[in-house]
Amino acid sequence: MTTVGTVPASGPADPPESARRVRSAAGGADRVFQLALLGAGLTVLLIMVATGVFLLGQGYLALAEDGLRFLTTQDWEPDTHHFGIAALIPDTLLIAVVAVIFAVPLATGVALYISEYAPRRLRRALINTLDLMAAVPGVVYGLWGFFYLQQKVIPLARFLSHFGWLPFLAIPGVNPNDPLQTATVYESSTFIAAIAVALMIMPIISSLMRESFAQAPAGEREGAYALGATRWGMIRSVVLPFGWGGMIGGTMLGLGRALGETIVVYMLISPVFRIQPEILRSGANSVAALIALQFEAASPFGLSALFAAGLALYALTLMVNFGASAVIGRTRSGRLSEA
Amino acid sequence: MTTTSPPRAAEVRRSTSPRGPSDAIVLAGAGAAALSLAALLATRVIPSVDPGGFVVIAYVLFLVLYGVLVSLEDDGRTVVRDRLASVVVHSLAVLALLALLDVVGYTFWRGREALPHLSFLTTDMQLAGPLDPLTVGGILHGVAGTLIEITIMLLIIVPLGLAGAVYLNETSGALARFVRTVVEAMTALPSILAGLLIYGSLVLTLGFVKSGLAAALAISVNVLPIMIRASDVVIRLVPGSLREASLAMGASRWRTTWHVVLPTARSGLTTAVLLATAQGLGETSPVLITAGFGSGLNLNPLSGPMDSLPLITFIFSHSPEPTMIARAFGAGAVLMALVLVLFGLARVLGGRPAGELSTRAQRTRTLQSRRDLARFVDRDLPRRQPGAGHAT
Repeated sequence: MTTVGTVPASGPADPPESARRVRSAAGGADRVFQLALLGAGLTVLLIMVATGVFLLGQGYLALAEDGLRFLTTQDWEPDTHHFGIAALIPDTLLIAVVAVIFAVPLATGVALYISEYAPRRLRRALINTLDLMAAVPGVVYGLWGFFYLQQKVIPLARFLSHFGWLPFLAIPGVNPNDPLQTATVYESSTFIAAIAVALMIMPIISSLMRESFAQAPAGEREGAYALGATRWGMIRSVVLPFGWGGMIGGTMLGLGRALGETIVVYMLISPVFRIQPEILRSGANSVAALIALQFEAASPFGLSALFAAGLALYALTLMVNFGASAVIGRTRSGRLSEA
Repeated sequence: MTTTSPPRAAEVRRSTSPRGPSDAIVLAGAGAAALSLAALLATRVIPSVDPGGFVVIAYVLFLVLYGVLVSLEDDGRTVVRDRLASVVVHSLAVLALLALLDVVGYTFWRGREALPHLSFLTTDMQLAGPLDPLTVGGILHGVAGTLIEITIMLLIIVPLGLAGAVYLNETSGALARFVRTVVEAMTALPSILAGLLIYGSLVLTLGFVKSGLAAALAISVNVLPIMIRASDVVIRLVPGSLREASLAMGASRWRTTWHVVLPTARSGLTTAVLLATAQGLGETSPVLITAGFGSGLNLNPLSGPMDSLPLITFIFSHSPEPTMIARAFGAGAVLMALVLVLFGLARVLGGRPAGELSTRAQRTRTLQSRRDLARFVDRDLPRRQPGAGHAT
């Protein structure tokens, strides 16, 4: 052996060589082809803009009538012109945030398992399973949540309500030690809706995390092992710092999803129209669930008010999602996947 | 004979795995100890513990005991942390898997009452009331509605989604980058807003009625960004050299896309379409707003309410009647089965990286190039012998 062993190519798999730009002018059929492609690209923009325009257009009636009170009123009685999103938006955010709190540790565990611990043969199947979990229809989660999860969660909710000195776990007027207390005070709460929503958003968070974990450079991994790191030491010093952007981005995308979750929330909560920060207490609300709930029976003015609420949800999810893609794009793993 | 070196025992390859045989014993020991301790606590110390609480107590005890046992064997906090992290990650993965099995299994389990009746899949609910037994009435209208809506959706999203993905890949510039960002933001557009968009534009502004077509359009708005994203990822993996080879041989751009890029990515694109279909199948809230709800079979997507499986599941589940709830679970189980079939198909048909062929496709491809070769040879023969071919 006279040759010095070359260092094996390390680092993430090089992105496949992308095509160089074609600079020659397109002629004839190609011009039509490019116009068609441009049309398809613009359709997406058009749909996105049209959603905002129609929400504003149909909600204008209610917004013009209600003015600034739309932002400060907690009730939702459009027919007496007393309605607003002051309670709706915080309640929507509450369900989403609690769901994210449940989903993120689970998603991190699953992503780490798939990218670091699982046997190589199982990996493909596990990724498919995760995709399947994301494709389980919301209404199925709703059925499961309403007829099964609700009963299972009540003991947990009862247990947690012992910690009533934490303001968000308190249930006013309910004594957790009273054995005659009916279980209904624990039903239809933010807590239960959030568990079901957490399961629904977990796969999307997890697959984004997994993608960014998997891109952690092999050279740095081997370096950590060579310095004597255990597997967890390697994960903490290489994989997690590298995948940090993916974790934050995935979490924010999950938050965006959770904000717009409709059917599950509708099936699990009973709506309240005030800011209710006690997550175990019966009653919760979200914009999407409210729209689904009141849509059928709404008067024309009520319908306009629902469109206005939809506009608020649209603005909220857009902010969260553009924020998410900005975060992902700014990190090391994100830049790699963009390349 | 005497010069040979004494026979050496074959060198046994050392295991470099950080796990030794004692690890399994430690794990089992900690498990057994935790179970016993938890059982002791639950029966003798804490007054009343329900099964969920028991599992939590046992798990926490297990973590503590396992940590202690590991630290007895190799001291040093690093090793203990490593083992504990491994256990926690494994249990989180198992927990997620159990949750999925629970959701799917529960739906099928509760669907077992309605599903065995053949009439459940062959009749609609027109002649059946909430009090009728499960032998009367079914979800034929929902199955038909779902199939019609999904067909319309596919007619829209497959061409549009593929064109969008090709646009993102074949053009560069600020606009394409912006479109990509918007597509990403749009994947998380709440599905109910897609319903409101179609309702606001098609029904309130243009004066159409709620119909299967409106529902299909609303689902398409929801699924289109998913389709574009999934195909974009796949098309991006097509090697640039293939594209350039095609262009260098004088093929036009659309021929390059149509004959080189898309066929190379076919497997992944199939998966993208199937997964998008699975997403579209389950969309409930846009359908709730745009499709209307009837109880009879309606095969015309242009007029009249059209039910679909998620909508039926949703509406039936609100009934207080046990038979209607059984029907809701039946419809949910059928829906879930459709999603599972699509995933099975995606697993069989797709999932290969760009350009890699299945054995069968490889064989077809080989045969085809042999035929091509024969064709070229046949075509060239007359030219090589002037006068033999066209001269008559």
